[in-house]
Amino acid sequence: MEQIYQPKDFKSAQLVRWCPGCGDYGVLNSLHKAMAVLGVAPHNTAVISGIGCSSRLPYYMNTYGFHTIHGRGAAIATGVKVANPKLSVWLATGDGDSLAIGGNHFIHAVRRNVDINILLMNNKIYGLTKGQYSPTSDRGFVSKSSPFGTVEDPFRPSELTLGARGRFFARVIDIDIKNTPDILVQAAKHKGASVIEVILNCVIFNDGINDKVTARETRPDRTIFLHHGEKMIFGKDNNKGIVQDGFNLKAVTIGEAGYTLDDVLVHDAKATDSTLHLKLALMDGTELPVALGIIRDVDAPAYDAEIEAQIESVKAKKQARTLREFLMSGDVWEVK
Amino acid sequence: MNEGIKVKELESVVIRFSGDSGDGMQLVGTLFSNLSAELGNNIITFPDFPAEIRAPHGTLGGVSGFQMQVGAKKVYTPGDKADVLIAMNPAALKVNAQFIKPDTVVIIDADSFRTEDLEKALFKTDNPFKELGLNSLQVVSAPVTELCKESLEGISDNKQALRSRNIFALGLVCWLFNRPLYIVEKLLSEKFKKKPDVLQANLLVLQAGFNYGHNIHASVSTYRIETISHKKGFYTDVNGNKATAYGLIAASEKAGLTLFLGSYPITPATDIMQELTARKELGIKVMQTEDEIAGICTAIGASFAGNLAVTNTSGPGLALKSEAIGLAVMAEVPLVVIDVQRSGPSTGMPTKSEQTDLLQALYGRNGESPAVVMAATSPTDCFDSAFWASKIALEHLTPVILLTDGYIANGSSAWRIPDLEEYPEIKPPYVSPEQKEGWMPYLRNPENDVRYWAIPGTEGFMHRIGGLEKDNKTGAISTDPTNHQIMVDLRQSKINKIANYIPLQEVLGDKDADTLVVGWGGTFGHLYEAVEQIREAGKKVAFTHFRFINPLPKNAEEILRKYKKVIVIEQNSGQFAGYLRSKIGGFNPYQFNRVKGQPFIVARLVEEITKIINL
Repeated sequence: MEQIYQPKDFKSAQLVRWCPGCGDYGVLNSLHKAMAVLGVAPHNTAVISGIGCSSRLPYYMNTYGFHTIHGRGAAIATGVKVANPKLSVWLATGDGDSLAIGGNHFIHAVRRNVDINILLMNNKIYGLTKGQYSPTSDRGFVSKSSPFGTVEDPFRPSELTLGARGRFFARVIDIDIKNTPDILVQAAKHKGASVIEVILNCVIFNDGINDKVTARETRPDRTIFLHHGEKMIFGKDNNKGIVQDGFNLKAVTIGEAGYTLDDVLVHDAKATDSTLHLKLALMDGTELPVALGIIRDVDAPAYDAEIEAQIESVKAKKQARTLREFLMSGDVWEVK
Repeated sequence: MNEGIKVKELESVVIRFSGDSGDGMQLVGTLFSNLSAELGNNIITFPDFPAEIRAPHGTLGGVSGFQMQVGAKKVYTPGDKADVLIAMNPAALKVNAQFIKPDTVVIIDADSFRTEDLEKALFKTDNPFKELGLNSLQVVSAPVTELCKESLEGISDNKQALRSRNIFALGLVCWLFNRPLYIVEKLLSEKFKKKPDVLQANLLVLQAGFNYGHNIHASVSTYRIETISHKKGFYTDVNGNKATAYGLIAASEKAGLTLFLGSYPITPATDIMQELTARKELGIKVMQTEDEIAGICTAIGASFAGNLAVTNTSGPGLALKSEAIGLAVMAEVPLVVIDVQRSGPSTGMPTKSEQTDLLQALYGRNGESPAVVMAATSPTDCFDSAFWASKIALEHLTPVILLTDGYIANGSSAWRIPDLEEYPEIKPPYVSPEQKEGWMPYLRNPENDVRYWAIPGTEGFMHRIGGLEKDNKTGAISTDPTNHQIMVDLRQSKINKIANYIPLQEVLGDKDADTLVVGWGGTFGHLYEAVEQIREAGKKVAFTHFRFINPLPKNAEEILRKYKKVIVIEQNSGQFAGYLRSKIGGFNPYQFNRVKGQPFIVARLVEEITKIINL
């Protein structure tokens, strides 16, 4: 009989120790809910993390968990999944952890398409070391380590993910506990590396930087929630849409300037070509709304499954099953 | 046998093939050693190649060598100087002049000793032998290139003829050693199975080389090496890297766990990865990762998930893995880290061997971070050492760093295919269902201070581990000062107690001597041979060689204190001697240290040890 799980089955007894109001709480709640929906037993779930505020998350999960070292979570999670593909493997990480010190592991985990779910909690700041700029901080951002503003451009996680040939990219807002669990469920069901960028607020060092996008009153006009197979419509009154304008995208009001519903693009998350996904992912909330939901969700062989399949196919061709059998099949001579 | 040819019956002989790195010297060296092994000789080989894949043709930097000692009795080193040197060009002669002794037979390709060839090797005159001060040699100057072309006329083009020069030389060497050709023919047929044209050319040239020796009535020594019987069983030829790979496979079979390797290519360790990744039929999982750090981190992940997890590298890679080894120490997960040492620091001399990573392995981590350190002593001992490293890692939930080196990794010898029944069981301390009630992740077995292993997928044992300090029972994050002291002590005592589970240290040679020779790792063969020569010369000397370094075997201190004079010999500036001093109060040994990237020379060791004996 299949067991039914509740979110509480995935909560550990540890006291949660993020700052009050931290966006990580929202992610944690959504994850508990998503895991209950997924129905994978806590003992068949492994949550891995690197270092940083977000990487504390495994301690708050009643699953197997491994809080590792800075930046290396993606590599360790990859090892867990390859060793035991039956496990549901999650990586809790942040912008510093995965896009700075762990950038190499992040892009290669995505490129290999190993079946792990990467929760990329992006607050554009180093919180645990108390407020230095991160590789996702905007140019000119003033922080303790950039008192005169940064003079470098940030990574955009979606662009990096798609550049590394990512097959699944979604974006959610930390406090959006209504929509996020379902996105996490879809990410987990996707076979291969799934990247979920969480737009996250740091109440201490970066409070309010996302407000213009995430605040309840502005969110409808500044964001668009994409659904595969549905028109790209947004706005308080659901009357705005995304249309194609040459090689670019444009936000229009339906019924104005000659635009009708027919002109509005239909979201195809399954398109192999990532060009349009990238354009959607880079919409920044100024001219065009920030895209939320599943932007890209394309099937491709998962690395861990391919390794297993290759082992099986070689086994079908080669007889040896033990070291001795293998050695005896080689160049040997007998001393009697 | 032709008149005028001296046949020497020898116990052992040293042969060195040398030529341009594109001349195929490694191949013919390997073929000749395999042939000798199949005939029942003992062999130790030493490939000595340049770091450059293809240095400019004919230059000194491009010389590749393959030395071996072939013996009737057991041999322990590839030998000091060559009885027979094959030099395919002037550069090879010049670079290898140091390995020539007065009665060495030198085989050269006369066609490659033209003026322009001599110039490339920076000879100033047209008599390279005189210029190098080599006089009383026996030189076989064969027009190898021309003879190859002749024997392949109408069959292959000149290009193939040039490529077959090495095989001609091999044929000549087979004649010199009274070796039948059928085994080489079999080995070549296997190697060139898919290239019948190349095979045909090589077989013709091989025969031509052999016939040439037979026909020239060369006034040189030929050799016959007696064969003696080994222990019964099936034998194959392995180098240290392959033996390491096989030892890991054996341990995974014994433990009943999948073998996982996370690895990044690095000289001279890459062969281990290549060997394991080719063994998919045995269910081995190998990841070639994006970097050294991912190599160890994927392994740590695989270990957490219940595999026998391994990463392999060389010195620079071990440096990159330091932080992650610390994680394995802290999280107390099993992990085997293999460091095939090479010359350092930094990139150093990648293809040259030395023992300079010992202190890095022992201490190269932040915090109080004890790990097990072992060192394999010979190519075939890599099998046993890799097996032991895996056993300790799995049974004591700790990282084990196994040091091998480029010399034993690439050196080979005949190896009896082991019967795994003869090897001990490997029993990891898995949690058992009856422990579920009140179980905590950092509860330990007081006998060895090892915690219990709950692998993801096991119902009822969900827990979190990590790099933060943990409560000594619950495993919850703890910054409690008293708890930290307890944990620091526990991690150390867990390693110390491994001494109760490893073999005692042995003393070889004259146990009642005044002088004890101490070595560790890949220098065993050279030290043993030196000690034996000294004993044959009528002097008493004892010898002990370490494979287990941290912890030391329980009787190590007793042995080291027992002798009046102790000399620690190693290929670094004194790392093991310093380590022993730190472990044994008042211990102050003599030292002999050489860091040249080359194996020891036995004669030199004999000289140094004798000096100490005579003090």
